[in-house]
Amino acid sequence: MPPFVELRGLEYSYPLDGGGQIAALRGIDLTIERGEFLAIVGPNGSGKSTLVRHLNGLLLPTAGQVQVNGLLTSDPRNLWAIRQRVGMVFQNPDNQIVASTVEEDVAFGPENAALPPDEIRRRVDEALATVGLAEYRTRPPQMLSGGQRQLLAIAGALATRPACIVFDEPASMLDPANRRQVLDTIRRLNVEGLTIILITQAMEEATAARRVLVMHKGRVAMDGPPAQVFEHGSQLRSWGLDLPAAVEIAHHLRERGWRLPQGLLTIEQLARALC
Amino acid sequence: MNLLLPGMYMAADSALHRLDPRVKMGTALVLMVLAFAAHSLASYALLTTFVVIVAILSAAPPFALLRTLRTIFWLGCLMFFFHLFTTPGQALVAVGQFTITREGLLTGATQVYRLCLLVVISALLTFTTSPAQLAHGLEVLFKPLAQIGLPVREFAMVLTIALRFAPVLLEEIDKISKAQQVRGVDMYSRNPLRQMQSWVPLFVPIFVAAFRRAEDLATAMEARGFHGAQQRTRLHQLRMTRQDLFAALIALAVSLAILGLERSI
Amino acid sequence: MLIRVENLSHTYVSGTPLARVALHGVSLEVSSSERVGLVGRTGSGKSTLVQHIAGLLTPSEGQVLIDGIAAHERTIVARAARRRVGLAFQYPEDQIFEQTVFREVAFGPRNMRLNKAEIAERVRWALEMVGLNPAMESRSPFTLSGGEMRRAALASILAMRPEALILDEPTAGLDPHGRRELLARVRAWQVETGATLILVSHNLDELARVVERVIVLDRGQVAADGSARQVLSDSALLSAAGLDVPQSVTLLRALHEAGWDVRTDRLLPEEAVEEIVRVDAGHTTSLRALQSVEAM
Repeated sequence: MPPFVELRGLEYSYPLDGGGQIAALRGIDLTIERGEFLAIVGPNGSGKSTLVRHLNGLLLPTAGQVQVNGLLTSDPRNLWAIRQRVGMVFQNPDNQIVASTVEEDVAFGPENAALPPDEIRRRVDEALATVGLAEYRTRPPQMLSGGQRQLLAIAGALATRPACIVFDEPASMLDPANRRQVLDTIRRLNVEGLTIILITQAMEEATAARRVLVMHKGRVAMDGPPAQVFEHGSQLRSWGLDLPAAVEIAHHLRERGWRLPQGLLTIEQLARALC
Repeated sequence: MNLLLPGMYMAADSALHRLDPRVKMGTALVLMVLAFAAHSLASYALLTTFVVIVAILSAAPPFALLRTLRTIFWLGCLMFFFHLFTTPGQALVAVGQFTITREGLLTGATQVYRLCLLVVISALLTFTTSPAQLAHGLEVLFKPLAQIGLPVREFAMVLTIALRFAPVLLEEIDKISKAQQVRGVDMYSRNPLRQMQSWVPLFVPIFVAAFRRAEDLATAMEARGFHGAQQRTRLHQLRMTRQDLFAALIALAVSLAILGLERSI
Repeated sequence: MLIRVENLSHTYVSGTPLARVALHGVSLEVSSSERVGLVGRTGSGKSTLVQHIAGLLTPSEGQVLIDGIAAHERTIVARAARRRVGLAFQYPEDQIFEQTVFREVAFGPRNMRLNKAEIAERVRWALEMVGLNPAMESRSPFTLSGGEMRRAALASILAMRPEALILDEPTAGLDPHGRRELLARVRAWQVETGATLILVSHNLDELARVVERVIVLDRGQVAADGSARQVLSDSALLSAAGLDVPQSVTLLRALHEAGWDVRTDRLLPEEAVEEIVRVDAGHTTSLRALQSVEAM
């Protein structure tokens, strides 16, 4: 089966005000299979957000090719179909909500697809049930917590029945409890078959993924399972990134002569390994 | 922060809440016109009774309704005294250069009463119809104009988005205002020059934030498949029910009755 | 500087059906040069409390005293007291409006009616404190990166030389490197000026590196107020308040439950490592001692 996303030689630059160009992406080759859970990490300015905005054609490459679900983003006729299949949830919970009530906002995507009203109703109810917001149907968005607003954004993406959802730092503006709520939902969606691409600055979140991409200065600097990527602690640190606390502690213990198995990513795993 | 938008929609499930917004808007308009068409006591009585019945059906708390009259207190006083002193007629009392006439008293009172009716009628409309419903009603009413090239649907979309962000904007203003207060801006200065100076540190950030918000929102809308306001369907359809027809007929009957009363006098 | 919060209560839009009690009978005291962390879930009242301390809100009940002066009053004396407290809201770069970085950072001092030389000196010092290149002074603040804008906004508060500084989620939205750097600079500033520091944060791991005292708010009331070590290791208390303990504490508690004789109030990863090594060293030593006894 062909990969869901295929990037070949992707380059993206944009002009600077005073003249000259900024090369945000410098030649990316990447494939993403259906059902993957991919985390993308990297310091600010490394090109993470720029990269994912090519996946639904919000940005078009200045060189190279982006193919999603067999369709090239370079053909404007494909964009609409691509955006039905690839949903996107952004960082700021407020700046992606369009309507004055929950259900009307979820309906936005299907309304754009000019679906008949009863089909829209079905999709809305389905999406709200999936994220657990059904009882808030008629509430205005300002009566929802930050976490609930992100769940609303997720429901809005689900309403177009996508194969993949891209999350651009969805939980970074939320408190820990709300953050957990959103991440649990994301994890559940992946279990149910959705391809997930998650940009995050919190390394703990990246450990939930099965594959981690580390971006650095517009290139993919590392690509592999989280256990593998987080082995390169000093390299990551030099790029301005952190390690998950468990990885950090395990590393220090190994330096002191402790023998611990590789691939310890969470505190729970570390505790079990120590006992 | 939960702020009531100006116009104060109160979510409830009254008979009035369930009516089609087009019927409510049309009826409100007609009633307001009637308030000025009425001259006789009988007409006023009929109109007032109708408004009272509508108020009862709306489940709006009476005190809240009466409180809306506070907004026109000074205007009302101004109108009253204006008519009191300037209407020619049978003199009652002289105050310095000016005379208070019987006609003046009557005219003043009736004008103020009309004003009160206007305010209460529009309050009943906004109490029972959310801003989003009003916008939807207007959009459907003005849809035919789209045929002659007016951007009705786009305008309706702009309106709904503006309504959605009104509370967000208010919170933002509050936050920026406080942030600048901390930096020494006196938001409550009596000095008019200083008052004006306090606006730049408030407005520039709000504008910058608004533009950023607009850009983010446009990106999100595009990502969700928005490609123009034209070929969109809607989750909620406005449908006239039997209650709507019934209400419209009653309003029509009352209007005709009042017009008839006026004619015969 | 002594900040006293006495039985403070605050109800938003009181007298209407939407009335919400944000704070209820909050009392606490913060003395000079303290480094205090303020934690609590969203809606617990943190934001309302710090706004009261900065004198931006009027209490529904109780009062906030800055060196004995009620913070919210409209008197000249109260205004002077408020001037001594700096507050940076979440995403403080939102407040930027001036045409140059210099003017932006100078805004506070200008409002304090300082002379030009003093203002220039303060701007230079504040930019240095936050690690911004003075060459940036003439640039428009809107051309800076997000992290730089954050620092410029912070500098504009520091330039007012507050005796107490309240920071609301100062590292929100920054990348890991940015967060470490900012907190390090805040800490250095606090040490240099001896000012009081109140840090509102959700990130308890981060907080543990900076503050010595932690106050927990839950549903508008003070749920805990004590040393960082004591409060941040109390997992029952924190989870009741909707918070998580720092990662190190989670690990040490798990080990403790498995029978290890570890102290569970080690808040930082390096402290956890030391603690584990210490306990194991003791364990190994006693094991060797046992073995050597058995060997005899």
